[in-house]
Amino acid sequence: MNLDLLINLVYIAAAIMFIFGLKMLSSPATARQGNFISAIGMFLAVVITLLSKEIIDFHWIVIGFIIGAVVGAFAARLVAMTQMPEMVALFNGFGGIASLLVGWEAYHASPNSAVFTLTTIFLSVLIGGVTFSGSIVAWGKLSEVFGGKPTLFPGQKVVNALLLLAIVTAGILFILNPLGGYNIFIGIMLLALILGVMAVIPIGGADMPVVISLLNSYSGLAACAAGFVIQNNILIVAGALVGASGIILTNIMCKAMNRSLANVLFSGFGATTAGKGAAAQGEVKPIVADDAYLILEAASSVVFVPGYGLAVAQAQHVVRELGELLEQNGCEVRYAIHPVAGRMPGHMNVLLAEANVPYDQLVEMDDINPIMETVDVAVVIGANDVVNPAARTDESSPIYGMPIINVDYAKTVFVLKRSMAAGFAGIDNPLFFNENTRMLFGDAKASISGVVAAFKEK
Amino acid sequence: MDPATLIFLAFILMLSIFLGFEVISKVPATLHTPLMSGSNAISGITLVGALVSAGAAGDDTLSIILGTAAVAFATINVVGGYLVTDRMLGMFKKKPTEVKK
Repeated sequence: MNLDLLINLVYIAAAIMFIFGLKMLSSPATARQGNFISAIGMFLAVVITLLSKEIIDFHWIVIGFIIGAVVGAFAARLVAMTQMPEMVALFNGFGGIASLLVGWEAYHASPNSAVFTLTTIFLSVLIGGVTFSGSIVAWGKLSEVFGGKPTLFPGQKVVNALLLLAIVTAGILFILNPLGGYNIFIGIMLLALILGVMAVIPIGGADMPVVISLLNSYSGLAACAAGFVIQNNILIVAGALVGASGIILTNIMCKAMNRSLANVLFSGFGATTAGKGAAAQGEVKPIVADDAYLILEAASSVVFVPGYGLAVAQAQHVVRELGELLEQNGCEVRYAIHPVAGRMPGHMNVLLAEANVPYDQLVEMDDINPIMETVDVAVVIGANDVVNPAARTDESSPIYGMPIINVDYAKTVFVLKRSMAAGFAGIDNPLFFNENTRMLFGDAKASISGVVAAFKEK
Repeated sequence: MDPATLIFLAFILMLSIFLGFEVISKVPATLHTPLMSGSNAISGITLVGALVSAGAAGDDTLSIILGTAAVAFATINVVGGYLVTDRMLGMFKKKPTEVKK
Protein backbone atom coordinates (compact mmCIF):
# COMPACT_ATOMS: atom_id res chain seq x y z
CA MET A 1 0.00 0.00 0.00
CA ASN A 2 1.13 3.49 -0.80
CA LEU A 3 2.74 4.95 2.33
CA ASP A 4 1.46 8.50 1.80
CA LEU A 5 -2.05 7.17 1.45
CA LEU A 6 -1.73 5.19 4.68
CA ILE A 7 -0.37 8.23 6.55
CA ASN A 8 -3.25 10.37 5.36
CA LEU A 9 -5.83 7.74 6.27
CA VAL A 10 -4.44 7.66 9.80
CA TYR A 11 -4.61 11.47 9.89
CA ILE A 12 -8.31 11.23 9.09
CA ALA A 13 -8.75 8.80 11.98
CA ALA A 14 -6.81 11.18 14.26
CA ALA A 15 -9.00 14.12 13.21
CA ILE A 16 -12.12 12.09 14.01
CA MET A 17 -10.70 11.28 17.44
CA PHE A 18 -9.89 14.93 18.17
CA ILE A 19 -13.43 15.92 17.27
CA PHE A 20 -14.98 13.15 19.34
CA GLY A 21 -12.72 14.05 22.23
CA LEU A 22 -13.94 17.65 22.14
CA LYS A 23 -17.54 16.52 21.75
CA MET A 24 -17.24 14.42 24.90
CA LEU A 25 -16.10 17.52 26.78
CA SER A 26 -19.74 18.63 26.69
CA SER A 27 -20.34 16.80 29.98
CA PRO A 28 -18.07 16.32 33.00
CA ALA A 29 -19.17 12.68 33.08
CA THR A 30 -17.61 11.83 29.70
CA ALA A 31 -14.89 14.48 29.54
CA ARG A 32 -12.03 12.41 30.89
CA GLN A 33 -12.69 9.63 28.42
CA GLY A 34 -12.87 12.21 25.64
CA ASN A 35 -9.45 13.56 26.57
CA PHE A 36 -8.10 10.02 26.42
CA ILE A 37 -9.55 9.44 22.96
CA SER A 38 -8.05 12.71 21.78
CA ALA A 39 -4.66 11.65 23.18
CA ILE A 40 -4.86 8.33 21.30
CA GLY A 41 -5.57 10.28 18.12
CA MET A 42 -2.47 12.36 18.74
CA PHE A 43 -0.41 9.25 19.44
CA LEU A 44 -1.52 7.63 16.16
CA ALA A 45 -0.80 10.80 14.17
CA VAL A 46 2.70 11.06 15.64
CA VAL A 47 3.58 7.38 15.20
CA ILE A 48 2.41 7.24 11.59
CA THR A 49 4.35 10.41 10.78
CA LEU A 50 7.55 8.71 11.89
CA LEU A 51 7.08 6.31 8.96
CA SER A 52 7.19 9.06 6.35
CA LYS A 53 10.09 8.83 3.96
CA GLU A 54 11.32 12.40 4.47
CA ILE A 55 12.51 11.34 7.89
CA ILE A 56 15.97 9.90 7.50
CA ASP A 57 17.47 10.44 10.92
CA PHE A 58 15.72 9.69 14.23
CA HIS A 59 18.60 10.85 16.40
CA TRP A 60 17.42 14.44 16.92
CA ILE A 61 13.77 13.48 17.05
CA VAL A 62 14.46 11.21 20.01
CA ILE A 63 16.45 13.90 21.83
CA GLY A 64 13.76 16.54 21.28
CA PHE A 65 11.06 14.11 22.23
CA ILE A 66 12.72 13.05 25.49
CA ILE A 67 13.30 16.65 26.55
CA GLY A 68 9.71 17.59 25.75
CA ALA A 69 8.16 14.53 27.36
CA VAL A 70 10.12 14.92 30.61
CA VAL A 71 9.40 18.64 30.92
CA GLY A 72 5.75 18.18 29.96
CA ALA A 73 5.14 15.28 32.32
CA PHE A 74 6.76 17.01 35.27
CA ALA A 75 4.92 20.25 34.61
CA ALA A 76 1.60 18.43 34.35
CA ARG A 77 2.19 16.53 37.58
CA LEU A 78 3.62 19.30 39.70
CA VAL A 79 1.52 22.32 38.72
CA ALA A 80 -0.83 23.52 41.43
CA MET A 81 -4.40 24.09 40.27
CA THR A 82 -4.15 27.75 41.30
CA GLN A 83 -1.31 28.05 38.77
CA MET A 84 -3.25 26.63 35.82
CA PRO A 85 -3.58 30.04 34.12
CA GLU A 86 0.21 30.44 34.10
CA MET A 87 0.67 26.94 32.74
CA VAL A 88 -1.88 27.40 29.96
CA ALA A 89 -0.26 30.74 29.09
CA LEU A 90 3.15 29.07 28.81
CA PHE A 91 1.76 26.21 26.74
CA ASN A 92 0.10 28.67 24.38
CA GLY A 93 3.53 30.19 23.94
CA PHE A 94 5.19 26.83 23.29
CA GLY A 95 2.59 26.07 20.61
CA GLY A 96 3.44 29.42 19.01
CA ILE A 97 7.21 28.96 19.10
CA ALA A 98 6.91 25.42 17.67
CA SER A 99 5.02 26.81 14.67
CA LEU A 100 7.57 29.59 14.27
CA LEU A 101 10.40 27.05 14.28
CA VAL A 102 8.65 24.82 11.75
CA GLY A 103 8.15 27.84 9.48
CA TRP A 104 11.78 28.92 9.92
CA GLU A 105 13.08 25.44 9.19
CA ALA A 106 10.89 25.23 6.05
CA TYR A 107 12.38 28.50 4.80
CA HIS A 108 15.89 27.53 5.79
CA ALA A 109 15.63 24.20 3.97
CA SER A 110 14.32 25.70 0.72
CA PRO A 111 14.51 29.51 0.58
CA ASN A 112 13.60 29.61 -3.10
CA SER A 113 9.97 28.58 -2.72
CA ALA A 114 6.87 29.70 -4.54
CA VAL A 115 5.12 32.91 -3.52
CA PHE A 116 2.30 31.00 -1.88
CA THR A 117 4.61 28.89 0.29
CA LEU A 118 6.55 31.99 1.30
CA THR A 119 3.31 33.69 2.29
CA THR A 120 2.39 30.78 4.54
CA ILE A 121 5.89 30.77 6.04
CA PHE A 122 5.52 34.48 6.75
CA LEU A 123 2.14 33.92 8.44
CA SER A 124 3.40 30.96 10.43
CA VAL A 125 6.38 32.93 11.74
CA LEU A 126 4.31 36.05 12.41
CA ILE A 127 1.46 34.34 14.30
CA GLY A 128 3.85 31.96 16.04
CA GLY A 129 6.12 34.80 17.14
CA VAL A 130 3.30 37.02 18.41
CA THR A 131 1.79 34.05 20.28
CA PHE A 132 5.10 33.16 21.85
CA SER A 133 6.22 36.55 23.16
CA GLY A 134 2.65 37.59 24.04
CA SER A 135 2.19 34.41 26.04
CA ILE A 136 5.47 34.88 27.86
CA VAL A 137 4.36 38.38 28.91
CA ALA A 138 0.95 36.99 29.93
CA TRP A 139 2.70 34.30 31.93
CA GLY A 140 4.88 36.93 33.59
CA LYS A 141 1.85 39.01 34.51
CA LEU A 142 -0.10 36.04 35.84
CA SER A 143 2.77 34.73 37.94
CA GLU A 144 3.48 38.31 38.99
CA VAL A 145 7.06 38.18 37.75
CA PHE A 146 6.42 41.36 35.75
CA GLY A 147 3.66 42.83 37.93
CA GLY A 148 0.03 42.76 36.87
CA LYS A 149 -0.43 46.48 36.17
CA PRO A 150 -1.09 47.60 32.61
CA THR A 151 1.89 49.34 31.01
CA LEU A 152 0.81 52.40 29.07
CA PHE A 153 2.88 55.15 27.53
CA PRO A 154 2.07 58.14 25.31
CA GLY A 155 2.00 57.32 21.62
CA GLN A 156 1.57 53.60 22.27
CA LYS A 157 -1.03 53.18 19.55
CA VAL A 158 1.17 55.03 17.05
CA VAL A 159 4.12 52.80 17.90
CA ASN A 160 1.99 49.68 17.49
CA ALA A 161 0.58 50.89 14.17
CA LEU A 162 4.11 51.60 12.88
CA LEU A 163 5.20 48.17 14.07
CA LEU A 164 2.35 46.53 12.18
CA LEU A 165 3.15 48.57 9.09
CA ALA A 166 6.81 47.55 9.30
CA ILE A 167 5.82 43.88 9.52
CA VAL A 168 3.53 44.09 6.50
CA THR A 169 6.22 45.92 4.48
CA ALA A 170 8.89 43.43 5.49
CA GLY A 171 6.51 40.59 4.65
CA ILE A 172 5.92 41.91 1.12
CA LEU A 173 9.67 42.45 0.57
CA PHE A 174 10.38 38.96 1.86
CA ILE A 175 7.82 37.26 -0.36
CA LEU A 176 8.94 39.10 -3.46
CA ASN A 177 12.65 38.58 -2.86
CA PRO A 178 13.13 35.35 -0.89
CA LEU A 179 16.74 34.63 -1.87
CA GLY A 180 18.14 37.94 -0.72
CA GLY A 181 15.76 37.96 2.16
CA TYR A 182 17.33 36.05 5.04
CA ASN A 183 17.99 39.30 6.90
CA ILE A 184 14.46 40.44 6.21
CA PHE A 185 13.23 37.10 7.48
CA ILE A 186 15.12 37.49 10.76
CA GLY A 187 13.75 41.04 10.95
CA ILE A 188 10.20 39.75 10.58
CA MET A 189 10.73 37.31 13.43
CA LEU A 190 12.08 40.03 15.72
CA LEU A 191 9.24 42.39 14.80
CA ALA A 192 6.69 39.63 15.47
CA LEU A 193 8.22 39.00 18.89
CA ILE A 194 8.14 42.72 19.71
CA LEU A 195 4.54 42.99 18.51
CA GLY A 196 3.52 40.17 20.87
CA VAL A 197 5.07 41.99 23.82
CA MET A 198 3.50 45.32 22.83
CA ALA A 199 0.09 43.71 22.42
CA VAL A 200 -0.04 42.26 25.92
CA ILE A 201 1.71 44.85 28.12
CA PRO A 202 -1.20 47.35 28.09
CA ILE A 203 -3.59 44.72 29.46
CA GLY A 204 -4.24 44.57 33.20
CA GLY A 205 -4.28 41.55 35.48
CA ALA A 206 -8.06 41.35 35.72
CA ASP A 207 -8.39 41.11 31.93
CA MET A 208 -6.08 38.11 31.73
CA PRO A 209 -8.94 35.62 31.07
CA VAL A 210 -9.55 37.39 27.76
CA VAL A 211 -5.88 37.48 26.87
CA ILE A 212 -5.15 33.81 27.51
CA SER A 213 -8.27 32.82 25.60
CA LEU A 214 -7.15 34.93 22.67
CA LEU A 215 -3.59 33.61 22.77
CA ASN A 216 -5.04 30.09 22.96
CA SER A 217 -6.81 30.85 19.71
CA TYR A 218 -3.61 32.26 18.17
CA SER A 219 -1.67 29.12 19.07
CA GLY A 220 -4.25 27.16 17.07
CA LEU A 221 -4.02 29.56 14.14
CA ALA A 222 -0.23 29.27 14.27
CA ALA A 223 -0.56 25.49 13.95
CA CYS A 224 -2.94 26.08 11.02
CA ALA A 225 -0.41 28.32 9.30
CA ALA A 226 2.32 25.72 9.86
CA GLY A 227 -0.08 23.19 8.32
CA PHE A 228 -0.29 25.31 5.17
CA VAL A 229 3.51 25.57 5.09
CA ILE A 230 4.04 21.82 5.06
CA GLN A 231 0.69 21.13 3.33
CA ASN A 232 -0.58 18.88 6.06
CA ASN A 233 -4.31 18.38 6.64
CA ILE A 234 -4.16 17.27 10.24
CA LEU A 235 -2.38 20.44 11.33
CA ILE A 236 -5.03 22.52 9.63
CA VAL A 237 -7.94 20.60 11.17
CA ALA A 238 -6.47 20.52 14.69
CA GLY A 239 -5.32 24.13 14.48
CA ALA A 240 -8.75 25.29 13.34
CA LEU A 241 -10.44 23.44 16.22
CA VAL A 242 -8.15 25.14 18.72
CA GLY A 243 -8.56 28.49 16.99
CA ALA A 244 -12.34 28.22 17.16
CA SER A 245 -12.20 27.18 20.80
CA GLY A 246 -10.08 30.18 21.74
CA ILE A 247 -12.35 32.59 19.87
CA ILE A 248 -15.47 31.20 21.56
CA LEU A 249 -13.89 31.58 25.00
CA THR A 250 -12.66 35.08 24.19
CA ASN A 251 -16.16 36.03 23.15
CA ILE A 252 -17.73 34.59 26.32
CA MET A 253 -15.22 36.46 28.49
CA CYS A 254 -15.83 39.77 26.71
CA LYS A 255 -19.60 39.39 27.00
CA ALA A 256 -19.28 38.58 30.68
CA MET A 257 -17.44 41.87 31.17
CA ASN A 258 -19.75 43.79 28.83
CA ARG A 259 -16.78 45.06 26.88
CA SER A 260 -15.67 44.74 23.31
CA LEU A 261 -12.50 42.89 22.45
CA ALA A 262 -10.99 46.15 21.16
CA ASN A 263 -11.72 47.80 24.49
CA VAL A 264 -9.96 45.00 26.40
CA LEU A 265 -6.95 44.99 24.09
CA PHE A 266 -6.31 48.71 23.82
CA SER A 267 -7.79 50.58 26.76
CA GLY A 268 -5.68 49.47 29.72
CA PHE A 269 -8.70 49.10 32.00
CA GLY A 270 -7.84 49.81 35.60
CA ALA A 271 -5.06 52.19 34.66
CA THR A 272 -7.46 55.01 33.89
CA THR A 273 -8.63 57.05 36.84
CA ALA A 274 -11.66 58.67 35.22
CA GLY A 275 -15.21 57.56 35.93
CA LYS A 276 -15.23 55.80 39.26
CA GLY A 277 -19.00 55.91 39.42
CA ALA A 278 -21.03 57.31 42.28
CA ALA A 279 -19.34 56.77 45.61
CA ALA A 280 -21.33 54.32 47.67
CA GLN A 281 -22.15 55.52 51.13
CA GLY A 282 -23.67 54.21 54.29
CA GLU A 283 -22.74 52.07 57.17
CA VAL A 284 -21.38 48.58 56.89
CA LYS A 285 -22.59 45.92 59.32
CA PRO A 286 -19.68 43.78 60.42
CA ILE A 287 -20.36 40.43 62.08
CA VAL A 288 -18.21 37.71 63.60
CA ALA A 289 -18.06 33.98 62.86
CA ASP A 290 -20.51 33.07 65.64
CA ASP A 291 -23.21 35.40 64.26
CA ALA A 292 -22.60 33.98 60.80
CA TYR A 293 -23.03 30.50 62.20
CA LEU A 294 -26.43 31.34 63.71
CA ILE A 295 -27.72 32.70 60.41
CA LEU A 296 -26.31 29.84 58.34
CA GLU A 297 -27.63 27.26 60.81
CA ALA A 298 -31.17 28.53 60.21
CA ALA A 299 -30.78 28.78 56.41
CA SER A 300 -32.32 26.21 54.08
CA SER A 301 -30.60 27.43 50.92
CA VAL A 302 -27.06 28.79 50.67
CA VAL A 303 -25.13 29.92 47.61
CA PHE A 304 -21.39 30.47 47.70
CA VAL A 305 -20.06 33.02 45.22
CA PRO A 306 -16.30 32.53 44.91
CA GLY A 307 -13.85 34.91 43.26
CA TYR A 308 -10.13 34.98 42.77
CA GLY A 309 -9.71 35.94 46.44
CA LEU A 310 -10.79 32.40 47.32
CA ALA A 311 -7.81 31.01 45.42
CA VAL A 312 -5.45 33.57 46.95
CA ALA A 313 -6.60 32.65 50.47
CA GLN A 314 -6.51 28.92 49.56
CA ALA A 315 -9.94 28.71 51.19
CA GLN A 316 -11.56 26.21 48.78
CA HIS A 317 -11.12 23.24 51.14
CA VAL A 318 -12.66 24.90 54.20
CA VAL A 319 -15.47 26.21 52.01
CA ARG A 320 -16.25 22.68 50.85
CA GLU A 321 -16.15 21.53 54.50
CA LEU A 322 -18.63 24.24 55.44
CA GLY A 323 -20.77 23.26 52.46
CA GLU A 324 -20.88 19.66 53.66
CA LEU A 325 -21.79 20.68 57.21
CA LEU A 326 -24.61 22.82 55.84
CA GLU A 327 -25.88 19.93 53.75
CA GLN A 328 -25.92 17.64 56.77
CA ASN A 329 -27.94 20.35 58.41
CA GLY A 330 -30.55 19.90 55.67
CA CYS A 331 -29.58 22.95 53.69
CA GLU A 332 -29.31 23.14 49.91
CA VAL A 333 -25.81 24.23 48.92
CA ARG A 334 -24.74 25.59 45.55
CA TYR A 335 -21.72 27.39 44.16
CA ALA A 336 -22.48 30.17 41.69
CA ILE A 337 -19.60 30.97 39.39
CA HIS A 338 -19.32 34.10 37.29
CA PRO A 339 -17.70 33.52 33.87
CA VAL A 340 -14.81 35.88 34.62
CA ALA A 341 -14.21 34.81 38.22
CA GLY A 342 -10.61 33.68 38.58
CA ARG A 343 -7.77 34.27 36.16
CA MET A 344 -8.93 32.09 33.27
CA PRO A 345 -12.22 30.68 31.97
CA GLY A 346 -13.52 27.97 34.30
CA HIS A 347 -10.72 28.48 36.81
CA MET A 348 -12.95 28.55 39.92
CA ASN A 349 -14.69 25.35 38.82
CA VAL A 350 -11.39 23.50 38.74
CA LEU A 351 -10.34 24.82 42.14
CA LEU A 352 -13.64 23.74 43.68
CA ALA A 353 -13.50 20.36 41.93
CA GLU A 354 -10.02 19.90 43.38
CA ALA A 355 -11.49 20.52 46.83
CA ASN A 356 -14.01 17.72 46.13
CA VAL A 357 -17.03 19.89 45.48
CA PRO A 358 -19.30 17.72 43.27
CA TYR A 359 -19.73 19.31 39.83
CA ASP A 360 -23.53 19.14 40.02
CA GLN A 361 -23.35 21.81 42.74
CA LEU A 362 -21.49 24.23 40.45
CA VAL A 363 -24.03 26.51 38.78
CA GLU A 364 -23.63 29.20 36.14
CA MET A 365 -24.63 32.82 36.58
CA ASP A 366 -27.62 32.58 34.22
CA ASP A 367 -29.03 29.62 36.15
CA ILE A 368 -28.71 31.10 39.62
CA ASN A 369 -29.90 34.67 39.00
CA PRO A 370 -33.58 33.84 38.34
CA ILE A 371 -33.85 31.96 41.65
CA MET A 372 -31.68 34.29 43.75
CA GLU A 373 -34.73 35.62 45.63
CA THR A 374 -35.35 32.16 47.07
CA VAL A 375 -31.83 31.93 48.46
CA ASP A 376 -31.52 32.48 52.22
CA VAL A 377 -27.82 33.31 52.38
CA ALA A 378 -25.40 34.22 49.60
CA VAL A 379 -21.80 33.99 50.76
CA VAL A 380 -19.43 36.12 48.67
CA ILE A 381 -15.84 34.96 49.06
CA GLY A 382 -13.08 37.01 47.51
CA ALA A 383 -15.31 38.33 44.73
CA ASN A 384 -16.15 41.99 44.30
CA ASP A 385 -16.84 43.43 40.87
CA VAL A 386 -18.81 40.37 39.69
CA VAL A 387 -21.40 40.96 42.46
CA ASN A 388 -21.43 44.76 42.31
CA PRO A 389 -25.04 45.95 41.89
CA ALA A 390 -23.73 49.26 40.49
CA ALA A 391 -23.34 47.32 37.24
CA ARG A 392 -27.15 47.19 37.12
CA THR A 393 -28.10 50.52 38.58
CA ASP A 394 -25.38 53.15 38.28
CA GLU A 395 -24.94 54.40 34.72
CA SER A 396 -21.80 56.33 35.64
CA SER A 397 -20.05 53.21 36.88
CA PRO A 398 -17.28 51.88 34.61
CA ILE A 399 -18.76 48.39 34.90
CA TYR A 400 -22.32 49.51 34.14
CA GLY A 401 -24.04 46.90 31.98
CA MET A 402 -21.76 44.05 32.96
CA PRO A 403 -23.79 40.96 33.87
CA ILE A 404 -23.38 40.19 37.57
CA ILE A 405 -24.49 37.55 40.02
CA ASN A 406 -27.40 39.28 41.76
CA VAL A 407 -26.46 38.34 45.32
CA ASP A 408 -28.18 41.48 46.61
CA TYR A 409 -31.53 39.80 45.80
CA ALA A 410 -30.84 37.02 48.30
CA LYS A 411 -32.42 37.35 51.73
CA THR A 412 -29.04 37.81 53.42
CA VAL A 413 -25.61 38.41 51.91
CA PHE A 414 -22.33 37.65 53.66
CA VAL A 415 -19.30 39.33 52.18
CA LEU A 416 -15.94 37.93 53.22
CA LYS A 417 -13.32 40.56 52.71
CA ARG A 418 -9.90 41.45 53.94
CA SER A 419 -10.70 45.16 54.29
CA MET A 420 -12.88 47.82 52.69
CA ALA A 421 -10.47 48.27 49.75
CA ALA A 422 -12.07 48.38 46.28
CA GLY A 423 -11.84 45.46 43.85
CA PHE A 424 -9.60 45.04 40.83
CA ALA A 425 -11.46 47.63 38.82
CA GLY A 426 -11.09 50.09 41.71
CA ILE A 427 -14.83 50.70 41.90
CA ASP A 428 -16.89 51.25 45.03
CA ASN A 429 -19.35 48.49 45.73
CA PRO A 430 -22.75 49.62 47.10
CA LEU A 431 -23.48 45.99 47.98
CA PHE A 432 -21.43 46.38 51.15
CA PHE A 433 -23.78 49.06 52.46
CA ASN A 434 -27.03 47.26 51.71
CA GLU A 435 -29.58 46.59 54.42
CA ASN A 436 -29.28 42.80 54.00
CA THR A 437 -25.47 42.67 53.78
CA ARG A 438 -23.22 41.51 56.60
CA MET A 439 -19.46 41.91 56.38
CA LEU A 440 -17.14 39.24 57.71
CA PHE A 441 -13.75 40.94 57.74
CA GLY A 442 -10.44 39.13 57.75
CA ASP A 443 -8.72 36.34 55.87
CA ALA A 444 -11.35 34.27 54.02
CA LYS A 445 -9.85 30.98 55.12
CA ALA A 446 -9.71 32.02 58.79
CA SER A 447 -13.28 33.39 58.67
CA ILE A 448 -14.73 30.23 57.14
CA SER A 449 -12.72 28.07 59.55
CA GLY A 450 -14.29 30.05 62.38
CA VAL A 451 -17.78 29.28 61.11
CA VAL A 452 -16.88 25.61 60.62
CA ALA A 453 -15.57 25.46 64.19
CA ALA A 454 -18.80 27.02 65.47
CA PHE A 455 -20.78 24.38 63.56
CA LYS A 456 -18.75 21.56 65.04
CA GLU A 457 -19.11 22.83 68.59
CA LYS A 458 -22.90 22.82 68.58
CA MET B 1 1.97 24.53 -4.73
CA ASP B 2 -0.70 24.31 -7.37
CA PRO B 3 -4.00 26.19 -6.99
CA ALA B 4 -5.95 22.95 -6.59
CA THR B 5 -4.03 22.06 -3.41
CA LEU B 6 -4.55 25.54 -2.04
CA ILE B 7 -8.30 25.34 -2.62
CA PHE B 8 -8.38 21.88 -1.08
CA LEU B 9 -6.53 23.01 2.07
CA ALA B 10 -8.65 26.15 2.32
CA PHE B 11 -11.78 24.00 2.11
CA ILE B 12 -10.56 21.85 4.98
CA LEU B 13 -9.75 24.94 7.00
CA MET B 14 -13.17 26.48 6.43
CA LEU B 15 -15.09 23.32 7.33
CA SER B 16 -12.94 22.70 10.40
CA ILE B 17 -13.60 26.18 11.73
CA PHE B 18 -17.36 25.72 11.43
CA LEU B 19 -17.14 22.28 13.01
CA GLY B 20 -14.99 23.68 15.82
CA PHE B 21 -17.57 26.37 16.59
CA GLU B 22 -20.39 23.82 16.66
CA VAL B 23 -18.60 21.32 18.88
CA ILE B 24 -16.95 23.73 21.29
CA SER B 25 -19.96 25.96 21.88
CA LYS B 26 -21.50 22.93 23.64
CA VAL B 27 -18.73 22.73 26.24
CA PRO B 28 -20.16 23.92 29.59
CA ALA B 29 -18.48 26.77 31.49
CA THR B 30 -17.46 24.30 34.21
CA LEU B 31 -15.06 22.63 31.80
CA HIS B 32 -13.54 25.71 30.19
CA THR B 33 -10.17 25.34 31.91
CA PRO B 34 -9.75 21.69 30.85
CA LEU B 35 -10.92 22.77 27.39
CA MET B 36 -8.06 25.25 27.23
CA SER B 37 -5.41 22.86 28.47
CA GLY B 38 -6.81 20.17 26.17
CA SER B 39 -6.61 22.52 23.22
CA ASN B 40 -3.02 23.29 24.22
CA ALA B 41 -2.41 19.59 23.76
CA ILE B 42 -4.18 19.52 20.40
CA SER B 43 -2.24 22.53 19.15
CA GLY B 44 0.83 20.44 19.90
CA ILE B 45 -0.11 18.73 16.60
CA THR B 46 2.65 20.96 15.22
CA LEU B 47 4.78 18.06 16.46
CA VAL B 48 3.84 16.23 13.26
CA GLY B 49 5.44 19.01 11.23
CA ALA B 50 8.36 19.29 13.65
CA LEU B 51 9.14 15.57 13.31
CA VAL B 52 9.64 15.95 9.57
CA SER B 53 11.79 19.06 10.14
CA ALA B 54 14.01 17.32 12.66
CA GLY B 55 14.18 14.02 10.78
CA ALA B 56 15.07 15.58 7.44
CA ALA B 57 17.55 18.08 8.83
CA GLY B 58 20.64 16.27 7.55
CA ASP B 59 23.96 17.80 8.60
CA ASP B 60 22.97 21.44 8.65
CA THR B 61 23.49 22.64 12.23
CA LEU B 62 20.83 25.34 12.19
CA SER B 63 18.28 22.91 10.73
CA ILE B 64 19.07 20.42 13.48
CA ILE B 65 18.67 23.05 16.18
CA LEU B 66 15.41 24.36 14.74
CA GLY B 67 13.97 20.89 14.21
CA THR B 68 14.96 19.54 17.60
CA ALA B 69 13.70 22.61 19.43
CA ALA B 70 10.40 22.43 17.53
CA VAL B 71 10.01 18.76 18.49
CA ALA B 72 10.81 19.54 22.14
CA PHE B 73 8.36 22.45 22.43
CA ALA B 74 5.55 20.65 20.63
CA THR B 75 6.10 17.54 22.76
CA ILE B 76 5.85 19.61 25.94
CA ASN B 77 2.45 20.75 24.73
CA VAL B 78 1.25 17.30 23.76
CA VAL B 79 2.48 15.40 26.82
CA GLY B 80 1.93 18.17 29.36
CA GLY B 81 -1.40 19.21 27.88
CA TYR B 82 -2.99 15.78 27.86
CA LEU B 83 -1.64 14.79 31.27
CA VAL B 84 -2.70 17.96 33.05
CA THR B 85 -6.14 17.83 31.41
CA ASP B 86 -6.53 14.25 32.57
CA ARG B 87 -5.44 15.20 36.07
CA MET B 88 -7.95 18.03 36.17
CA LEU B 89 -10.85 16.07 34.73
CA GLY B 90 -10.17 13.34 37.28
CA MET B 91 -11.10 15.87 39.97
CA PHE B 92 -14.58 16.50 38.62
CA LYS B 93 -16.78 14.12 40.55
CA LYS B 94 -20.51 13.69 40.72
CA LYS B 95 -22.22 14.04 44.05
CA PRO B 96 -22.28 10.67 45.79
CA THR B 97 -25.86 9.37 45.90
CA GLU B 98 -25.50 8.41 49.54
CA VAL B 99 -24.68 11.36 51.74
CA LYS B 100 -22.40 10.15 54.47
CA LYS B 101 -23.39 11.15 57.94
